Amino acid sequence: MRVSVDPDRCCSSGQCVMAVPEVFDQSEDDGVVLLIQARPPAELQSAVRTAAGICPGRAISVQE
Amino acid sequence: MTTVEPIDAINYPAARGGCPFAPPPAYQEALEQRPVTPVSLWDGSRAWLVTRHEDVRSVMGDRRFSADARHPGFPFLSDGRRELAAQNPSFIRMDDPEHARFRRMLTGDFIIKRVEALRPEIQRIVDDFLDRMTAHHPPADLVAEFALPVPSLVICRLLGVPYQDHDYFQERSRILLHNHSTTEQVRQARDELALYVMELADRKEWEPDDRIISRLVARGDLTREQVATMSLLLLVAGHETTANMTALSTLALLRDPVQLARLREDPTLIKGAVEEMLRFLSIVQTGTVRVAVETAEIGGTTIEPGEGVVCMLSTANRDGAVFAAPDELDLGRDARRHVAFGFGVHQCLGQPLARLELQIALETLIRRLPELRLAVPVEELRFRTDTVVYGVEELPVAW
Repeated sequence: MRVSVDPDRCCSSGQCVMAVPEVFDQSEDDGVVLLIQARPPAELQSAVRTAAGICPGRAISVQE
Repeated sequence: MTTVEPIDAINYPAARGGCPFAPPPAYQEALEQRPVTPVSLWDGSRAWLVTRHEDVRSVMGDRRFSADARHPGFPFLSDGRRELAAQNPSFIRMDDPEHARFRRMLTGDFIIKRVEALRPEIQRIVDDFLDRMTAHHPPADLVAEFALPVPSLVICRLLGVPYQDHDYFQERSRILLHNHSTTEQVRQARDELALYVMELADRKEWEPDDRIISRLVARGDLTREQVATMSLLLLVAGHETTANMTALSTLALLRDPVQLARLREDPTLIKGAVEEMLRFLSIVQTGTVRVAVETAEIGGTTIEPGEGVVCMLSTANRDGAVFAAPDELDLGRDARRHVAFGFGVHQCLGQPLARLELQIALETLIRRLPELRLAVPVEELRFRTDTVVYGVEELPVAW
């Protein structure tokens, strides 16, 4: 799995951080998404898919 | 091929039915029979009611639908709402990039880490109000003594607003959110609130602190009116919503002993339970409104520029295509796909704070008051049906 984020689409809801804090973080300034790891291990992949599905800005892309 | 019977436009807002937690039956019928359906507004104008989860997300995530009420055809809930949008709109009534510029001045205050750092303070506030409520003999009105003061004090601290003024801004924010407030009432309430915050902002110029209003003033690139508009948005949204969610969630738990027992036995369910409460109760009962600025097809219906759209969050959150047995409260389900906070770039800015406040308030309430119960028959409760945010007027409880 390869994850990418689009900071311009991010609206700082923080739901990705709540879903998978191992993969997503937020900028201290404006809460915009920061990607911690683009190739999450298998045990986190389901949570990453959930995060992508609930992201209100559709800022998270997942390539399987 | 199935044909859909032509139906007359339903009234918006529609009346609720028998179950106090369910969306109005007319909206639920629309979800089942005609998910994008014409509605008739207070002034006789028409708009489209969008009821399915997928369609609500499509509209709210699509730039062809504008949140800017200056566009012709924008659907207003009432005369008073039109008045509010006409004067100095806040960024919730703007589109990007203008919207993002203002919103991003505030998003840093609501990142998960910063909100989580408030946990001890919010726990103290929750415990304090609960101490005060239980210091006297039951019954008590849970709304006035707990559900409203907790988020009100929290947002006051974040903004740097003196909490002792809470009656002043609570009375006026009720007027702003009530469907039947007249234009004149809305204008007066809005002007008084704006003046109140502008005077506060003036004082912050000389006595700065590290709270939100003071920091907005210190930026130097916002007018006083802009500071006031942004602060008022947070002040009004910051306590009405969480207050009503707290009270209504408590009522829902008291009406469902099985789910209440489940949460008492396993307090680690609280995070998911709050998501399920947000889904099940969907208290923003008016939904969210947009106007098409380009032709777009939603759920098989073509929507033309200048046509208004009402996204009904409550029906989207009970869409059986997304949530199994959607009319059941199930604190163990994964409800995170709910749209109770909206969807798209305008999704609720304060949602991490709302979640934390609800988690702490509900967990503490049921842990500390194991005998918590309604002090009046449920039939005697008065529900807030004619306002943007649904809830109960009072919730008399004993313990």
